This record gives sequence, C-alpha cells and structure tokens, in this order.
Amino acid sequence: MDFHLTREQEMVRKMYREFAETEVKPLAEELDEEERFPMETVEKMAKLGMMGIYFPKKYGGAGGDVLSYAMCVEELAKVCGTTAVIVSAHTSLCCAPIFEHGTEEQKKKYLPDLLSGKKLGAFGLTEPNAGTDASGQQTTAVLDESGENYILNGSKCFITNGNVADTFVVFAMTDKKAGNHGISAFIVEKSFPGFSVGKHEKKMGIRGSSTCDLIFEDCIVPKENLLGKEGQGFKIAMQTLDGGRIGIAAQALGLGEGAINEAVKYTQERVQFGKRLSQFQNTQFQLADMHTRMQAAQYLVYAAAMKKQNHEPYSVDAAMAKLFAAESASDVTRRAVQLFGGYGYTREYPVERMMRDAKITEIYEGTSEVQRMVISRAMGVK
Amino acid sequence: MKIIVCVKQVPDTSGKVAVNPDGTLNRASMATITNPDDLNAVEAALVLKEQTGAEVVVVSMGPPPAEGMLREIIARGVDRAVLVSGREFGGSDTYATSQILAAAINKIGLEDEDIVFCGRQAIDGDTAQVGPQIAEKLGIPQVSYAAEITKEGKTLTIKRMLEDGYMTIKVNTPCLITCIKELNAPRYMSVGGIFECYQKPYEVLDYEALKDDPLIDPATIGLKGSPTNILTSFTPPQKGAGMMLEGADKATCEKLAGILAGKHLI
Repeated sequence: MDFHLTREQEMVRKMYREFAETEVKPLAEELDEEERFPMETVEKMAKLGMMGIYFPKKYGGAGGDVLSYAMCVEELAKVCGTTAVIVSAHTSLCCAPIFEHGTEEQKKKYLPDLLSGKKLGAFGLTEPNAGTDASGQQTTAVLDESGENYILNGSKCFITNGNVADTFVVFAMTDKKAGNHGISAFIVEKSFPGFSVGKHEKKMGIRGSSTCDLIFEDCIVPKENLLGKEGQGFKIAMQTLDGGRIGIAAQALGLGEGAINEAVKYTQERVQFGKRLSQFQNTQFQLADMHTRMQAAQYLVYAAAMKKQNHEPYSVDAAMAKLFAAESASDVTRRAVQLFGGYGYTREYPVERMMRDAKITEIYEGTSEVQRMVISRAMGVK
Repeated sequence: MKIIVCVKQVPDTSGKVAVNPDGTLNRASMATITNPDDLNAVEAALVLKEQTGAEVVVVSMGPPPAEGMLREIIARGVDRAVLVSGREFGGSDTYATSQILAAAINKIGLEDEDIVFCGRQAIDGDTAQVGPQIAEKLGIPQVSYAAEITKEGKTLTIKRMLEDGYMTIKVNTPCLITCIKELNAPRYMSVGGIFECYQKPYEVLDYEALKDDPLIDPATIGLKGSPTNILTSFTPPQKGAGMMLEGADKATCEKLAGILAGKHLI
C-alpha cells in the first residue's frame, strides 16, 4: 500500500496541526477540569470545513477524503481527546449514515447544516441493556394510525454529543419478532415532540465531551425520516460503526502520539543523577517501543481509511486499526506517565489526562473484544 | 475590482540562518514560510473581497518551488496566483525586486478601482522597502503601516500605526497599502480551499513574459542590476528574557531607578 500523502493531504495536515496547536491545545486542560464542551472550537472548526471533511461539496462538505478526516481526528487528539471525539462522532456516526443510506431528500434536508457544522450530529444505538449486544434493542418504533409518523418509546445511553446535537441517527425495533432484522434507523431532530436529553455522565476521560441519555416518550418521527428501509437498521448500525472505528482508531493514534511528544520533550529537560532522563537507556528504549507501536498503529489506521476511500471492503481493517491503536494508546500513555514519574501523576502535566482519555478508545464504538470477534470471524475461526 | 497581494517566501527564522559566500541567503538549505506580515496583507484582501466581491490575486517573485506557498495562500480563499520566476531575476535586491514586481503588476493589469497590498517588511531582509518602491514604480499613492482599513467607494481610510501614535489617511484607488500584524489575524487554510487549490488558476511570468515592460532592463534587474552590496550576514545573538516591573507606585519607580543605576545607565 502506498502511504505517500498527496500534496493536498500534506497541506491539510499542516493546517490541522497549526489549528490544534493554536486553538485546541490551550483549552485542553480547562475542558477536562471543568467538564466543559468547547462550542467555540466547534464553531471555528465548522468555518474551516472540519465538520464535513470527506463529503462532496454538493451537500456542503469540504470535498476531501477519508484519510484527511482520520488525520484531522489524529491531530486534534494529539492535544485534546475531547475535541477529537466531537469531530469523530459527528462525522462518522451521524453525517456518514445519512450520506450513505439517506434518500436524496434526506441528504438535501440534513447534510448541508451538518457538514457545514451549523448543526451537530449524534448517534443513538446503545441502551442500558443493549451495549455490545446491540441487537437487544428495547426502544420501539410503531407507525401511528394515520400511517404518517412513527412513535418512538424507550431510551438510549452514553450518547456522545448528546446534549449539544441537533440531529440524531437513532435505532429502534419496528418488529420485535424479527430480531436483528426488526431494527430500523431514524433521523430524529431534537425539536421533535417527545424527545428529550437525560442525564449527563461524569466520566474518567474525554471529560469535555457531552455523553448523555436520550429519552423518547411517544416521540413523533415523520415516516419520511426512516433511514433506509424498515428492518435495515442493524445493517446500517454495523456499517456506520465500521466507519466510526476509523475515527476512534485515529483518536487513539493521536493520543498515543501526543503522549510521546510530551514525553520526548520532558525527558530532555528533566535531570536526575546529573543526567537528562533522555540519556538513560531505559528512557530511550521505552520511547523507541512507544514510537514503534504508534507508527504501526498509524499504518493500520491509514490503510483502513484509504480502503474506505477507495470503496474496498474495510470492516476488518477498521477493526484491526481500532483494536491495535486503542490498546497501543492505553499502553503508550501509561508508559508516558511512568517516564514523567510523580509529575506525570499530577494534573500539572497533560500525560495523565491523555492516559484517562485513551482508556475509552478500548471501549466505545465496539470494545476491543468486539474487534477481536470481527477479526477472528473474518479469519473463519469459529 | 481587483486586489493584488505581494507575498514573499522567507526562511523560517525558528531554524538556523545559512549564508552563501557572497553574503546572500542560502535559501535552499533552509525551511521556508510565508512572510508573516504578508499573511496580514492576504487577510486584509480577503476581508475586502468578502465585503466587495473583489477578485484577489496573489503574486510572488521566487524560484519554482514557491508554488507550494502560493497554493497554500489560494487555500485561504485567494482566487488565483502569479509566480514571477526566472534566472534573470535571481539575486535581486529591493530596488530590482520592486522593478520586477511592478512590471508583473502591470502585466496582471492595475485598473482604476484596484488595490495592491504588501506586508510591511520581510523577516529576512527587514528592509520594508519593496512595497513603497513598487508604488513609486507604478506611480500610485502608497500608505504604509496600515493597522485599520475601511473602504467606501473609491476611498480607503487607513489608520497608520507609527512609533509615537496613529495617523489616519484617506487615499483613493488605485493605491498600495503595506500591512502590519496589528491589522488582523490571518485566517487558516480551509479544508475545502485546500482540496480546490490545485484547480485554481496559476500562472508563471518569466523574463520573456515581462521583458517588454519598460521597467525590465537587464541593467536594473537581478544581482547585476542590484545596487545593494551586502557586507555581512549573521544570525543575531539570542537576547535574554527582559525583566518586567509592574506598578506605578513610588517603590517600584525607586526599584527601577536602582536597577538602572546599578548598571550605570543613569
């Protein structure tokens, strides 16, 4: 596979880096401490086309490619895991399913505002009793007597961008007897009657991102907001999560790389036993291992992104990218804290935040165990 | 209406400065950036474009790799770019450069409603001469050190920032304005702009293209046509961090006086 970036990709990465260093990094500590959602950063990213990177200009996108989107999440995550996941969830979990499965009318109605970042998107699949077992959906959708609206009842949990999003892609059972084939997908606006946002989770990491319950109480959804056909919801959800995994893998990649950047800088300054930490072989070997892991993760993430861009099957590639990048990010950020010693454990330095942020990448949008299921099944191991 | 912005690719001064034996900069061995003040000029042009719908053309003199810089400027929202490039132009000082750039601007075409923007000065030469000299060669009015610009019809009102205060000047188009960093905050490239920038018009003007302009005379361009002689070039030594005393009270003033007296400065 050719990993040479095009001149546009080189240029866009330069822009992301400059933006992340200047606009995102200075806020990262405060967002974490105060659990504050960075709406001002979202507005800035929207102006620069970062909320619709790989979608066609026809629908208000920036006309870029999937790798340029992954690099955006990566560069943001190097300095702020919170900001990275806002872009990832919005793009992969809301814009992508509408673009890939929506009717022309749905695309024209929803994509311009989403891709230009005027509105934020979210994805509602997980329920208290339907996490990894997404097929256990208890939220129901029933056509009303007029046949014009679906009535949704139930609740969702752990929804990223939950209390800031305007548009949601939501899954509900339209035919309980049909199991997976009874799940359908809907485009829900926050203004729809019967829709509300519930409690906000207090989290270990990515503390500036919004993670909320969604509540549907006789929520009225016009039938033209059915995404795909009735019964296609599970397929849409799984395909959406395949793409989402590239975003989360890129977030993990950025977190690991960001921690390495901090550790390289710190170990060249900190002196113990009359030597800089970077002069000790342990430091050198640790950093070499950390860098090697993240470089390997980068190849996996970029390969998955390029395959998606080229419309090749990429489900297993995305699973491997997410599995390896997430576990590497957790390992690398933990090692970075160790290299910082006691200072690394304090909130004065960013590595403990990166370590907390990294953990979630092993859990959301399919746990590492789910990725192993996807990969081993593709190998024919049963 | 058209706005022409002159920009220069300069060595990144966060790296080390390399100098050729003849005293000129060894640009090939140094990382390059767009001259910071020139980005303020680009931003000023883009703001006016948003207000008036003017076309913005960016022009630079330099070697062919300067295309990368120009494409990045297009990615910020500029309509097209012109690179003035040729061996005959190499080694030009500010006098020769302004001749060539003025000829290029003539070629692009400067009409009654048009404006030329330049950065105040480049961080490599630090002369602040090219902008004003271009205006002289073109025979148009110039306003330097612009910290605020408003436009009404053909008239620009410009607040100049000087060492000891501000001066407000009104000038009619066509004119040349040099911009300082206090004028604005340059925007980032946009993702959409980046993915379009290689499709936007890009033109190279070489010696052949400009030679019929009366300003282009082999005796006044390039190294041979440059009256400037460089005695020596060097990286300035790093200055230590200064000391800040805050407060308008007597004790602070006495402390300041004590420090200055201790250094035998007063």
